[in-house]
Amino acid sequence: MASRARLVGQGVAIGLVALLFILLAWSLLTDEGGGLKSAAARGDRPQAPDFTLERLDEDGDLRLSSLRGKAVVLNVWASWCVPCKEEAPFLEQVWQDNRDRGLVVVGLDAKDFRADARRFAKRFALTFPLVYDGPGDTIDGFGVTGFPETFVLDREGRVVQAFAGAVDGDDVRPRFVAAIERALET
Amino acid sequence: MTRALAIAAVLGALVVAGPGAASAAPPNAADLEAELVCPVCETTLDQSNAPVAEQMKTYIRVQIAAGDTEQEIKDALVAEFGPQVLAEPPGGGFGLLAWLLPLGALVGGAIAVGLLIRAWTRRAAPPAADERLDPELDRLVDEELARFDG
Repeated sequence: MASRARLVGQGVAIGLVALLFILLAWSLLTDEGGGLKSAAARGDRPQAPDFTLERLDEDGDLRLSSLRGKAVVLNVWASWCVPCKEEAPFLEQVWQDNRDRGLVVVGLDAKDFRADARRFAKRFALTFPLVYDGPGDTIDGFGVTGFPETFVLDREGRVVQAFAGAVDGDDVRPRFVAAIERALET
Repeated sequence: MTRALAIAAVLGALVVAGPGAASAAPPNAADLEAELVCPVCETTLDQSNAPVAEQMKTYIRVQIAAGDTEQEIKDALVAEFGPQVLAEPPGGGFGLLAWLLPLGALVGGAIAVGLLIRAWTRRAAPPAADERLDPELDRLVDEELARFDG
């Protein structure tokens, strides 16, 4: 009886240790999007994770992969984010200047109230498509660590370049525009 | 053993009943801020001064003033930010696991301890009457001892 109980105890302990190892390996192997940005920085053009999110600017959903064939500027923002307010007019201008060339600017509002996001869009007269991810589950796949972050995707949905922080600054703007040109060329 | 299982079952019932019992309390902003998580910094709202946390605190106060119940406010915030906005996991669905797994570990541990105690006490018990020496062997031992003494 005692040896049986000991065997059961040992089995349970070994099982728990094995489970912990599996969890550790899984957490190490499943990259939370951090690799996406570093791969883009190396020029590898990794595939952007697809998503389907509800739209803020109109009814229905928007699926990222439905935009294949167009270059995409995916801007992750929130109404409470100060640099997002500063870059919003610039992004609207980029959309207006390039939409006829096959560029779509998509605003992905995350970790925010829908009502606040809509007020933000109205205040800055944003006309490009806006999607909503309140819990922020989607942005984990992109490795977003702060707001705003912007991803320039080519016509095949691959990440040409990622930008952490606002893209309207004098030092960033030329690199951002160059990334858009590369994305449109694909 | 049975008593330990009964205690574990009562503790488990209290744990599972906890979230439901709490939702009946009248809305209190401070209580709600301690029960809701900032989606950016992932601490409870009362520990956070992140902009989104401040917006959530304002929302809570506005909704309390509007007469919303605690549960209505929580439901509205879950609809915006997802179930992870709740500091305590919900009592149903996948969230139920968070309550049941510790309970399962408690019951499992109680059973394991009970089995071990049972095994140890059996090993230490004195030999039963039928395990004593054979009468013939017993007589021979007595004779040998008598010879040794004599």
